[in-house]
Amino acid sequence: MMDAITRKIINQLQGDFPITEQPYAQVAERLGITETELLQQLTNLLDQGLLSRFGPLYHAERLGGGLTLAAMPVPENKFDQVAAQVNAFPEVAHNYARNHELNMWFILATEQPERIDEIIQEIEAQTGLPVYNMPKQAEYYLGLKLEV
Amino acid sequence: MDNLTESEQRLIETIQGGLPLVARPYAAVGEQIGLTEAEVIASLAHLIQIGVIKRLGIVVRHRQLGYRANAMVVWDVPDAQVTAIGQQLGQFDGVSLCYRRARHLPEWPYNLYCMIHGKDRNAVLRDLDKLIAIYNLSHIPHQVLFSRRCFKQSGACYTFRSVTICLPQRAAGGG
Repeated sequence: MMDAITRKIINQLQGDFPITEQPYAQVAERLGITETELLQQLTNLLDQGLLSRFGPLYHAERLGGGLTLAAMPVPENKFDQVAAQVNAFPEVAHNYARNHELNMWFILATEQPERIDEIIQEIEAQTGLPVYNMPKQAEYYLGLKLEV
Repeated sequence: MDNLTESEQRLIETIQGGLPLVARPYAAVGEQIGLTEAEVIASLAHLIQIGVIKRLGIVVRHRQLGYRANAMVVWDVPDAQVTAIGQQLGQFDGVSLCYRRARHLPEWPYNLYCMIHGKDRNAVLRDLDKLIAIYNLSHIPHQVLFSRRCFKQSGACYTFRSVTICLPQRAAGGG
């Protein structure tokens, strides 16, 4: 079970990490622990795999890459075969089966934004199925809070 | 990326895997790339301000924290209301991401997407009911798409120029 201080760290440190000379000391004070304890806790959380990292979350498009969400209607009996074809593209990530007629959902990420359309055409050609491109038009992001 | 300075690019690359867990992390980063602590602090503030860095802090693994169910809830919101409703949904505690996306009429009328994470499907559905009640959304057509299987998780990192970006799991339905 997670103790109270671990929970507090996870709940309060999902953003707004200070950009000051001694940010850990500042956060530790707010949490009522010492800087050493905070650094130890973060190290433990990383070692346990509860955090993927402690650092920045980048905005892919603002770094110059192409990123979109795409969906396909895949016949159930061809699902595994199509999944293998789609996943073979290195640009495909986070491929999920979902309960809808559009039942395969994945992220496409390309180094050049204009490659998105080309990859979609290649996937359509290889699978013989339509790919719906669902590009992001706006993001309503108000700071993730995953409570533990 | 083209409008970032060379030192900003180096900074982005250097901290992509995480900040050093030492008392003065920005001084440590600066030492690696030939910048002063003050320059690193100023650059980071700038990168956050222009939105290249969305957040700085803990990046969690949902599954490892016991959040095993995720639903992508899609809504067909009149265009004139999408911003207002999107902002409301984004504020709700169980919602991790909220995006407006292109519709594909006639078969896909949905233009607003949000991800809801929960310990299990029932928890997600309870959150959704609460959300609909709080924001008065029962008249907005929506669908709940649960994930059944995840086929590809390992490919969640991409390299743009020399920066490798790893999407957190919660981005799965949101991007």
